Amino acid sequence: MEKIKTYQELTETHDKVKSLLDPRILLDRYQGKKREILVCGDTGCQASDSQKIVTRLNELILANNLEDTVSAKITGCFGFCEKGPIVKVFPDDVFYTQVTPEDADAIVENHIINNRVIQRLLFVHPETNQRIVPEKEIPFYQKQKRVALRNCGLIDPDNIYEYIANDGYMALGKVLNDMQSQDVINEIKAAGLRGRGGGGFPTGLKWEGALKNESDEKFIICNADEGDPGAFMDRSIMEGDPHSVLEAMTIAGYAIQSNKGYIYIRAEYPSCIARLKKAITQGEEIGFLGDNILGSGFDFTIELKYGAGAFICGEETALIHSIEGRRGEPTTKPPFPSDSGLWGKPTCVNNVETYANVCPIINKGADWYAGIGTETSKGTKVFALAGQINNTGLVEVPMGITLQEIVYDIGGGIQDNRRFKAVQTGGPSGGCITRANLETPIDYDSLAAIGSMMGSGGMIVLSEKDCIVNIAKFYLEFTVEESCGKCTPCRVGNKRLLEILEKITQGRGTMEDIETLKTLSEIIKDTSLCGLGQTTPNPVLSTLKYFEDEYITHVRDRKCPAGVCQKLITYEIVAEKCKGCTACSRLCPVGCISGAVKEAHVIDQELCIKCGVCFDKCKFTAIIRN
Amino acid sequence: MELLDPAKQKRVFPDEMYEKLNGFVDDLDIDPADPRKKGNLIQVLRKGQQIFGYLPRELQEYVAVRLGIHHAEVSGVVSFYNFFTTTPKGEFTISVCMGTACYVNGADKILSQFERILGIKSGEVTEDRKFSIDSLRCVGACSLAPVVTINDKVYGRVAPQDVEKIIEDCLVQEEA
Amino acid sequence: MSVANIIINDKKIIVESGTTILEAAQKLHIKIPTLCHLDLHDIKMVNRTASCRICVVEVEGRRNLAPACATPVFDGMVVKTNTMRAIQARRTVLELILSDHPFNCLSCAKSTDCELQVLANEFGIDTRPYQGAASHYPLDISNKAIRRDLNKCIMCRRCETMCNEVQTVGVLTGYQRGFEAVVAPADMQPLSESTCVYCGQCVSVCPTGALTEQTARPEIWNALFDPDKYVIAQTAPAIRAAIGEEFGMAPGEAVTGKLVAALNNLGFDDVFDTDFAADLTIMEEANEIVERVTRQENLPILTSCCPGWINFLEYQFPDLSHIPSTCKSPQQMMGAIVKSYYAEKLGKKPEDIVLVSVMPCLAKKYEAARPEFAPQGVPDVDHVVSTRGLAKMIKEAGIDLATLEDEDFDHPLGESTGAGVIFGVSGGVMEAALRTAYETVTGKQLAKLEFKQVRGLEAIKTTTVNLDGTILRLAITSGLGAARTVLEQIRNNEVQYDIIEIMACPGGCINGGGQPSIHGDFSLIEKRRQALYSEDEGKALRKSHLNPSIQKLYEEFLGQPGSEKAHRLLHTHYFPNKDYSEE
Ligand SMILES: Cc1cc2nc3c(=O)[nH]c(=O)nc-3n(C[C@H](O)[C@H](O)[C@H](O)COP(=O)(O)O)c2cc1C
Ligand code: SF4
Ligand code: SF4
Ligand code: SF4
Ligand code: SF4
Ligand code: SF4
Ligand code: SF4
Ligand code: SF4
Ligand code: SF4
Ligand code: FES
Ligand code: FES
Ligand code: FES
Repeated sequence: MEKIKTYQELTETHDKVKSLLDPRILLDRYQGKKREILVCGDTGCQASDSQKIVTRLNELILANNLEDTVSAKITGCFGFCEKGPIVKVFPDDVFYTQVTPEDADAIVENHIINNRVIQRLLFVHPETNQRIVPEKEIPFYQKQKRVALRNCGLIDPDNIYEYIANDGYMALGKVLNDMQSQDVINEIKAAGLRGRGGGGFPTGLKWEGALKNESDEKFIICNADEGDPGAFMDRSIMEGDPHSVLEAMTIAGYAIQSNKGYIYIRAEYPSCIARLKKAITQGEEIGFLGDNILGSGFDFTIELKYGAGAFICGEETALIHSIEGRRGEPTTKPPFPSDSGLWGKPTCVNNVETYANVCPIINKGADWYAGIGTETSKGTKVFALAGQINNTGLVEVPMGITLQEIVYDIGGGIQDNRRFKAVQTGGPSGGCITRANLETPIDYDSLAAIGSMMGSGGMIVLSEKDCIVNIAKFYLEFTVEESCGKCTPCRVGNKRLLEILEKITQGRGTMEDIETLKTLSEIIKDTSLCGLGQTTPNPVLSTLKYFEDEYITHVRDRKCPAGVCQKLITYEIVAEKCKGCTACSRLCPVGCISGAVKEAHVIDQELCIKCGVCFDKCKFTAIIRN
Repeated sequence: MELLDPAKQKRVFPDEMYEKLNGFVDDLDIDPADPRKKGNLIQVLRKGQQIFGYLPRELQEYVAVRLGIHHAEVSGVVSFYNFFTTTPKGEFTISVCMGTACYVNGADKILSQFERILGIKSGEVTEDRKFSIDSLRCVGACSLAPVVTINDKVYGRVAPQDVEKIIEDCLVQEEA
Repeated sequence: MSVANIIINDKKIIVESGTTILEAAQKLHIKIPTLCHLDLHDIKMVNRTASCRICVVEVEGRRNLAPACATPVFDGMVVKTNTMRAIQARRTVLELILSDHPFNCLSCAKSTDCELQVLANEFGIDTRPYQGAASHYPLDISNKAIRRDLNKCIMCRRCETMCNEVQTVGVLTGYQRGFEAVVAPADMQPLSESTCVYCGQCVSVCPTGALTEQTARPEIWNALFDPDKYVIAQTAPAIRAAIGEEFGMAPGEAVTGKLVAALNNLGFDDVFDTDFAADLTIMEEANEIVERVTRQENLPILTSCCPGWINFLEYQFPDLSHIPSTCKSPQQMMGAIVKSYYAEKLGKKPEDIVLVSVMPCLAKKYEAARPEFAPQGVPDVDHVVSTRGLAKMIKEAGIDLATLEDEDFDHPLGESTGAGVIFGVSGGVMEAALRTAYETVTGKQLAKLEFKQVRGLEAIKTTTVNLDGTILRLAITSGLGAARTVLEQIRNNEVQYDIIEIMACPGGCINGGGQPSIHGDFSLIEKRRQALYSEDEGKALRKSHLNPSIQKLYEEFLGQPGSEKAHRLLHTHYFPNKDYSEE
């Protein structure tokens, strides 16, 4: 790798490598001969053996002497993880889903050699039942706009030149060459970028605060702790496009006049860590990190720091303590990190996705960015769609889109055509959005107004199958386990909330308990030391606000309408309807269903663990849940 | 009245393991007078757990001495982070994801199924040290919910009735 | 210094910026309840964890309530401390704390002295709206000095701040997290497994009964009523300056005569003064100082009368264990003399004498139990009771200390000089030693007895004195953090001193771990300090070597200071690197 020492050299390199991406960007306008097969190598698809697909593809390419006409490589998440592993063939623009390593043979033989698109690997439109060839025609992609995820599914994250080809490091070059610290900050301010880590604090203002604090040392921190369970936006960005984070951190360093950055990344993301390590080494070798970057006189280095499994370390003061080698206990703000952060020095903490938005703003201008989104929330937001939804995965949408569009147009509606119940956003700090609010535009302020929050981007879709009290209990369990235990309201108060929810889900609740939930929640929010305790009663309050009747049913009727709370349900076989097919008894994990073939079966209630497998599997609806 | 009793621990690990860790700490080139030396603690503990499998008291004391900080401080940090464990894990570390996406897809039932079949609770290890069960929060493969990881392998879309098979797979793998 | 105009409860005040709401409110005499907060600025101990949340108040324009103890004011701030919202939140916070607290004040050593109990009373707590799982930790009574009952811990972290930041012993840490979080030694082990030096400073600052002392009261009562035992009390200098506080007397009122009367009333056969032993310590130590200084050998010499500091040395500075004086502490000197010289005089076997020490100190409980202080298995000091513990015994016996007529110590081991009295304050040992060393070295009478430059509550005091041409470089430290600073300088050869006095407790024994609680009011310590200096001034004899009983002791029994016999009885040796887990 040759060192790039000046802005001039950078633009030259950029011009030189630009064509690398032609097959992927120009598509049918691309005149070259060579095809490219991109395979998703992100954690989700990796878990379904996507690595083996690439290995197999490369074996076949070699075996068939196709090196000159086709290459296969790993790329980042395409977003449509539900249908992973995803394989995309360029420039043909063919989007294959649920590919197995065995399918590699077919792809090479049929598609590459014989130019026949493999129909069975194409996505089937759920309504028209038609097979769809190009990605852009899949409904999942139609309302999306990729800014933060611009390189995921497009470039090989391990190849810095592919990153440069898509304008990578051009923003850094521009900043170091043409702009002062304050200019950078003004640009970010004008773009209206707000923190994507959950708080939504204006990024430009945060940087400005840190710039104004004189100090011999300042720090840039990238918060890659991504603690919200069920959310994986940051992971995908770092895994699919690590350089975009490094570049933006360096720009931030320049903006606040810091020479040292840390990425605090959770230990649960091993492949992410590997990618980042590699990217940092590349950055250092090529000269985008280190001393005198692009001849500007500006020095910046980045070091990885690992989390060790504590949600609270996503909170910035706790994160800082963790980097310092201490227990991740938050401290009161003020002082804010931009005044006194790591080792007592001014420190800017920003989220991964926040950083991922920085370079496009510099490259394309604040006006372009501010043109996306709503009045108070600019740009796009990445969401991790999960739960009872058809198309789980990663979506990036312009702010202001409605939930209706995300759930139905992009997400393809609820699994098994069940009834939509709610979407939980903001993870353990957030709340529910219900059917009534499906038309609410998604932005920081509208979500806050209806008692939820943007959060970091986890979106869990709930259906009639989900018990709302149980969901609230789930989040409280999480909170209680993840609380640092420092302050009373959170340490004891949340535990008491959880105990009350447990009572209710076990059919021992009282109407006073519901009142206590409300009053105690408010006080916990009002008195807790950090953002965790200040928001964790939200799931309780917001479910109570929209689904109080469901709580009351648990309390008054001792019933769980969704059939989830184990203490409140029993499964029984209706003898008349049972055909004696034995499906249930074979599947029951505890083997508590007995009965001879073609005779009515019975469930031993003592042993039944209420897993519901039999209920789901009986084709004759002979099993009822009470 | 229950009284706090010291739990005696003997030094049981071979010197080679300590040498490995020692080498790692040497490479960090820590200045004992540097007030920021503590910043290496979590890193050293990770390495220690990697080498020793867990972080027993003898190791924590050793790390404290090596970094020139108090044992209590090391212990406070170890007990704070989920990733650190002071008891040995099984040969197969079963981690059931209890993140939201997995939970709403029935991860709790998967967990209790593992617990039931192996006869241990989450956080424990089987007597033969073959299996240990844990829960973790999101490995980022939420679209495959519910997800279970065993050592480095990720199992997606696990159903309660699959659990027995997964355990058998491990045993087969072990024999191979 | 910039200032902030603020309004609290409609009252205007101008304060320096950086002031907390709590401090500003105090200036206006507005009381805001606190629990975790503790500011002992005199010894640089500030606990600002803001963890209990009992002090929350409403700040205009702020989304949530603010902890008054940790929120700095800003210009234009408008605070309301007693809105419905704040009052209700504070009450709920307290109810939450209590929902994880054992309700057994009646059998709690801290009852009537407990900050949590006071709050519960002030808030008029009369129901328990929140109930649920409660912490359950085993009791730690692994050692002779401190009792830890973590079920009563409210996670204020004062002990941790004290141990780690002020004392720099570093034994305590937050352990685990969430509802399971607690403050404990490493690995949740008992204190005896740690490098705790038993200074008891954590006990002094604990607002609740989570940290209290181990008590020997039952054993002492038994001894007092055992017809076969001859029971003797010795009382340390700092007791007289503080025990009156337990009986509603004005802080700083020395109650020496009443204290003796109370001890006599309790039934002690003799009441001796540890000040006598302090004089004896000075005889031996001054001798050692003079020797080492004249030969310029093994300097500096460090005082050794504080067992907390000696423990600290053994654990943390084992390489320096050759430099302290080999003198035993006054408590142990008294023990050795009582069980030899005085036993002979009484014609009793040592095992038939029970010596009870009244000490301001918890480390002395540990010290008395060290095996090297029990020749032939008979301990020199049998039981140690703290100032607080003795006050309880006096109350239990129905004695009102305040109304007693003064009585005198018994002889011969009750006679003391002013030099012995000031052992109870930081700088006192040094001053006492100088008074004697000066006259030994120069053979001249001191014109002015006071060495004012060694006095005061500062953590580190350095000065020089001219001993008739010999310049002695002195350092006086109190608090182990200060000791660490100086010891590290010595270890690195950064400083040269001849004599160093070290006291484990900030301010010396007047602020010992067994003294009545000061509840954050450090002015009490200053008053105790003054009490001891005025007792010194009032004494006819103020130099140890002039104590006639001491002179007689040497004549009749010990020979010379530093004699072989004196060495055997009055000196000790240290155990560098002692393995605490083997005790
Ligand atoms: C309990 C808690 C957990 C948090 N977890 C994360 C996280 O995992 N990732 C993140 O970027 N921010 C997290 N935050 C927000 C950070 O404290 C901080 O506001 C953010 O990193 C700032 O970056 P931004 O301005 O770019 O959003 C968390 C906050 C709280 C209170
Ligand atoms: S709110 Fe919870 S997580 Fe935050 S400081 Fe308090 S106890 Fe810790
Ligand atoms: S609910 Fe689960 S455990 Fe109960 S009978 Fe059905 S399959 Fe078996
Ligand atoms: S699956 Fe349904 S029909 Fe078949 S045996 Fe079970 S209950 Fe009967
Ligand atoms: S600690 Fe205080 S409140 Fe608790 S039992 Fe003891 S005296 Fe009562
Ligand atoms: S205060 Fe109440 S509970 Fe306590 S002893 Fe008196 S009457 Fe009993
Ligand atoms: S007695 Fe002293 S050394 Fe021991 S824990 Fe308390 S403060 Fe620390
Ligand atoms: S032991 Fe006492 S001082 Fe220490 S945290 Fe608990 S209550 Fe506070
Ligand atoms: S200073 Fe006094 S009270 Fe404190 S430990 Fe030393 S001897 Fe005991
Ligand atoms: S992980 Fe492969 S498409 Fe998301
Ligand atoms: S919630 Fe289980 S993998 Fe994300
Ligand atoms: S006294 Fe302010 S939070 Fe405890």
